[in-house]
Amino acid sequence: MALELNNEYQYGFHDSEENYAFKSVRGLTKEIVLSISKMKNEPLWMREFRLKALEIFYKKPMPKWGDTELLNEIDFENIFYYVKSSEKQEKSWEDVPKEIKNTFDRLGIPEAERKFLAGVSAQYESEVVYHSLREDLKKLGVIFLDMDSGLREYPDIVKKYFATIVPPEDNKFAALNSAVWSGGSFIYIPPGTNVEIPLQAYFRINTENMGQFERTLIIADEGSSVHYIEGCTAPTYSSDSLHSAVVELIALKNAKIRYTTIQNWSKNVYNLVTKRAVAHEGAVVEWLDGNMGSKLTMKYPSIYLVGERAHGEVVSVALASGSDQHQDAGAKIIHIASNTTSVITSKSISRNGGRASYRGLLKVHKGAKNVKSTVKCDALMLDEISRSDTYPTMEISEKCVQVEHEATVSKIEDEKLFYLMSRGLSEEQAKLMIVNGFMEPFVKELPMEYAVELNRLIELEMEGSIG
Amino acid sequence: MPELLKIKNLQAEIDGKKILHGLDLQINTGEIHAVMGRNGSGKSTFSNTLMGHPAYKISSGEINFNGTVINDLKPNERAKLGLFLGFQYPLSIPGVTVASFLRQAHKALKGDTASPRDFRKLLYEKMDDLEIEHAFATRYINDGFSGGEKKRMEILQMAMLEPKLAVLDEPDSGLDIDSLKLVAQSINKYKEKNPQLGVLLITHYQRILDYLRPDKVHVFIDGNIVESGGPELAVELEKKGYDWLAEKEAAKA
Ligand SMILES: Nc1ncnc2c1ncn2[C@@H]1O[C@H](COP(=O)(O)OP(=O)(O)O)[C@@H](O)[C@H]1O
Ligand SMILES: [Mg+2]
Repeated sequence: MALELNNEYQYGFHDSEENYAFKSVRGLTKEIVLSISKMKNEPLWMREFRLKALEIFYKKPMPKWGDTELLNEIDFENIFYYVKSSEKQEKSWEDVPKEIKNTFDRLGIPEAERKFLAGVSAQYESEVVYHSLREDLKKLGVIFLDMDSGLREYPDIVKKYFATIVPPEDNKFAALNSAVWSGGSFIYIPPGTNVEIPLQAYFRINTENMGQFERTLIIADEGSSVHYIEGCTAPTYSSDSLHSAVVELIALKNAKIRYTTIQNWSKNVYNLVTKRAVAHEGAVVEWLDGNMGSKLTMKYPSIYLVGERAHGEVVSVALASGSDQHQDAGAKIIHIASNTTSVITSKSISRNGGRASYRGLLKVHKGAKNVKSTVKCDALMLDEISRSDTYPTMEISEKCVQVEHEATVSKIEDEKLFYLMSRGLSEEQAKLMIVNGFMEPFVKELPMEYAVELNRLIELEMEGSIG
Repeated sequence: MPELLKIKNLQAEIDGKKILHGLDLQINTGEIHAVMGRNGSGKSTFSNTLMGHPAYKISSGEINFNGTVINDLKPNERAKLGLFLGFQYPLSIPGVTVASFLRQAHKALKGDTASPRDFRKLLYEKMDDLEIEHAFATRYINDGFSGGEKKRMEILQMAMLEPKLAVLDEPDSGLDIDSLKLVAQSINKYKEKNPQLGVLLITHYQRILDYLRPDKVHVFIDGNIVESGGPELAVELEKKGYDWLAEKEAAKA
């Protein structure tokens, strides 16, 4: 959420146009899936897709990797799978934890946005900004809708691409999302169109931005380009403990997609996201992924380089803070075509007993010649009680491949602190400076207002970390 | 000239190992003192102890800087009083530009609120004085810098932070003759503009003293000053080496 736009939007509770007699219940049943589909008035194929996904979800075992201990604590029977906005609004500001309120205060988030971020208000809008944006995009032929509207208004495009990149069979959580998805973005960029301004998720109207089971689909047609941004640095309070999104990107010939995410969930949240992209001939896909907060985040943006000369890049940052937090993040790049290139840059910081893991896969298929890839993962540990692990996997089935891999784990060295302090910086300032420098490769890729916010947030996080 | 630094019977250790053995030294405002000694004689231990490196413990004695006993002050507190250390081995801080680092340091020491623009102007002026390319402002601190570049950036930092006393720990080490000349000229230029600046120049070789005329020269052996004199002492050392002084010391003991 760009703070600069603060005063440009208003918030308000939205009158629900639909008046379905739907009472959310805990647990996941066929009835719930059917009523979600019915309420959304979906075409038959989507309903069947959901039901099939539900079967897969039931059958699939939990992943046997990642933080299995925490994963197995998830009680699927005790979760609401679909909550209508009107019900969400019943949550009150008083229920929002004090530490979250404090952070809003200190970040200077205005009242309206706080309520939205805290999940008290289901949505907020920037009618004016959104409207003019929509007009401009319309002229270009760009489609930018929430996924539900996308399905209603462009059923053919959705049907053609939906779940082609992340099928429900992929993993238990992809299956879950497929069965109960709601919200998310649907974007289509016509051939040769360059969308100059980043498309921000929160410009979407009439949707649940922070949906539990978001589903996003972006198609960049030949020679087009787009930058999509979702999330915000301010902590997002959610009483829903399980968030499981699916994101699919399709970059057709010579297209370019950059997808930037910054997430900072409250500490009760499991954030288990499947993000995957396909890059066709000459296409470029870049994932920028910043993960803070949550109880457990498992997220490995992947890119399938299926066309010659395609390029994929993943830059990720994770901040694991506190012994009740595990960031298990990374990247997957699959080189299928020849002359494809990729770069993975992963940065993690762990402090106060937090745990950060890098999990990565670099795969080169047989027949993919002249592939180049660089993998660099750096971990910074701010104290002795925190933890950092790397789990890199390489499967290379071609000879003519150029791979560079570098991994470092470091601490803030006393000598560096002394150096900076000798120039007048306090110990706290010196540590923060080193941390900011560490994050710089990620931060410098962000739009200005996000970069400023992120630095401010890290500053807040770091406060009191001394002594 | 008023006293700037007065050290009495300074003893310091690291990891329980005693390195400085009762050192006395006085530097007045505007003076240049050279401390010369072999590798391992304790020169860096001395400079680190002066600046307050937490690993070095003062076991006895007193460091009085500009009227304040600084034994127990943190490095940043010492910096605030006007003490500066040019490091023998400057550290690199990836991701932090020289400009943003210096801006924050400048702010911390001088409490100024110069706009980013005014600050940049000031930085460029100082860079021009020292003939350092502006491009260095946006490079990460010492990241991939050559030996000579690192040493000159230390002088730039000194020029920006305007200390009362600059302790320069081997600004000449590891440099070829041209780089050495550049570094020495930078120090000279700054010193000419700031005659009040006291300098404690720690060096291993006499050569840099051809460019920087010290008021006093001290010889450091085994963690203490064993001989003090004028610039001629440096010349004598160059000719005779350190052995004669070491022998003299040994005879005393
Ligand atoms: N961190 C340290 N731990 C143990 N001994 C040290 C440490 N630093 C310096 N020393 C010892 O202190 C002595 C003086 O070293 P130093 O002050 O670096 O000398 P110089 O700068 O004159 O070369 C040497 O014997 C060195 O081994
Ligand atoms: Mg030394």
